[in-house]
Amino acid sequence: MNSTVAFTFDPNWQVILGSTFMVRAMIAGVLISLSAGVIGYFVIARKSTFAAHAVAHIGIPGATGAVLLGLPVSLGMGVFALAGSLVIGILGKKASKREVATGTILAFALGLGLMLARLSTAASQQLQSILFGSILTVTNSQLITFLIFDVLLLIITAVIYRPLLFTSVDEQVAQAKGLHTQALNLVFMALLAGSVTIAVQAVGTLLIFALLITPSASANAIARSPRSAILLSTVICFVSIMLGLLFSAMFPTPPSFAIVTVSTIIWCVTQVVTRSKR
Amino acid sequence: MTLLDSNTSIVVFHDAAVRRGGNLIWSNGTFSIPTGTISAIVGSNGAGKTTLLNVELGLLPLTQGEVMVLGKPAGVMNHSLGYVPQDYASDIDSNITAEQSVELGLYGSRFGWHRLTKKDKDKIHWALLHAGIADKAKYRLSEMSGGMRQRVAIAQALVAEPALLLLDEPMANLDIAGQRDLADTLSLINSELHVTIQIVAHDINVLLPILDGAIYLLDRHPHYSALSDVMDNDLLTHLYGTEVEVISTPQGEMFIRPDPAVRHHAPASHFHVPSSQQDPEYVMTSARKNNNE
Repeated sequence: MNSTVAFTFDPNWQVILGSTFMVRAMIAGVLISLSAGVIGYFVIARKSTFAAHAVAHIGIPGATGAVLLGLPVSLGMGVFALAGSLVIGILGKKASKREVATGTILAFALGLGLMLARLSTAASQQLQSILFGSILTVTNSQLITFLIFDVLLLIITAVIYRPLLFTSVDEQVAQAKGLHTQALNLVFMALLAGSVTIAVQAVGTLLIFALLITPSASANAIARSPRSAILLSTVICFVSIMLGLLFSAMFPTPPSFAIVTVSTIIWCVTQVVTRSKR
Repeated sequence: MTLLDSNTSIVVFHDAAVRRGGNLIWSNGTFSIPTGTISAIVGSNGAGKTTLLNVELGLLPLTQGEVMVLGKPAGVMNHSLGYVPQDYASDIDSNITAEQSVELGLYGSRFGWHRLTKKDKDKIHWALLHAGIADKAKYRLSEMSGGMRQRVAIAQALVAEPALLLLDEPMANLDIAGQRDLADTLSLINSELHVTIQIVAHDINVLLPILDGAIYLLDRHPHYSALSDVMDNDLLTHLYGTEVEVISTPQGEMFIRPDPAVRHHAPASHFHVPSSQQDPEYVMTSARKNNNE
């Protein structure tokens, strides 16, 4: 066991950046940013940040279970995240009503994920990349899945954009105007499950907050309209992933850490800037 | 319901009853509200005032009878209804601005892509202007006070050119000046834009100058009467469950206050009038001040 701390600049970082796995990671970064930017805005507007965090964790037993059965990790993760998000969606939009239920399901799912991981060495080896992400191991078939999801997400969001925004601003008024708020909420929660599933690839379930929600919070502080906030949060998310990858090529740091760090720094700057403006 | 009713009455209740969770909220609601009027919806706490609004919006099913709004069963004509909730967007976490919120009143319930035309933008400005909040069009809702957000909600309702505007306790969080301003705004919306208005209110004193009538929930039955019939000592005493009397000032203004003769025996009330001061003008301002607590 080598316990010395080695933190040195890697002079070959340009070679690393040009390698196939890095290029695939960058493409994944683009696809993840597209979904995270759109969904993140609505997660915040709908006060569903805890739900987003929970959905990621509910996916863990699905992911470790999938490894046990020899199925793709993303598939297991996606199915459990979808089921979890729909259950949370049925609990209603009012956060106060559902937080205890959501937290309880979250804890149980996490425990179940650990239990399933213990059942095989393959699953327990996977657990760390599920928790902390492994953007450098993303495969071509995963990229195609991400792309298909992004296209679906963008089409569906374009269609439901205004009603979704309307129900996010004031559910009562939207309901009085004849919108089916519960159906819209379930569609949104399903899209959230998909976005979480693909963003987990980059930073893992534990750090997902920093990629799905933090960029949108930064954008919200600056942008003057919902649409520009969505665009800006996509850009911030993209910049976070790219700078994170660059940093992890130069120094021996996990990409997840570098990505989350960039996202957090940007958030801190936006908070300081908007506070000082007031 | 006859055709005549639908021409002169914007809302018609016929033997309407509502239950929630097995409990009867109110029943035997048979009345109609004339088009073009401003009416208050009054009753004690828990009498079912908000329930009545939700019934008119078609959000709560009746257990008996029918409610017609704009000539159709409640809920059908909601695109012609404006609804202003009690605390519009009070816990907002979106960066949406006042004018963007009003835009949702125009297209928020439509799916698909809509480009905002110059005409739409003019209409949004027009709505903000009539709601008295045009100067704050670029403000974020999250930066606004409750009173300002309420005016945005009114603009959001107006932009869809409603025939009927429903407001749930709009006076609840306003100071005296704010209450009077809002009453003036609503009066102008009624007279200039020909919008029928219904206002859920705990206390109707500040609204009395603009009201034409009131829906009052008495003994679990909703009724409607013209204001002159509602301003009756016995009726109001029964309605509020505490002795009140109607006072007319020499200037022709009316207001309601607790009956000073019985105030020591009456249950705790939010009215409190010092007995040494019986000048009507003083009592009126005093009552208004106290209502605002």
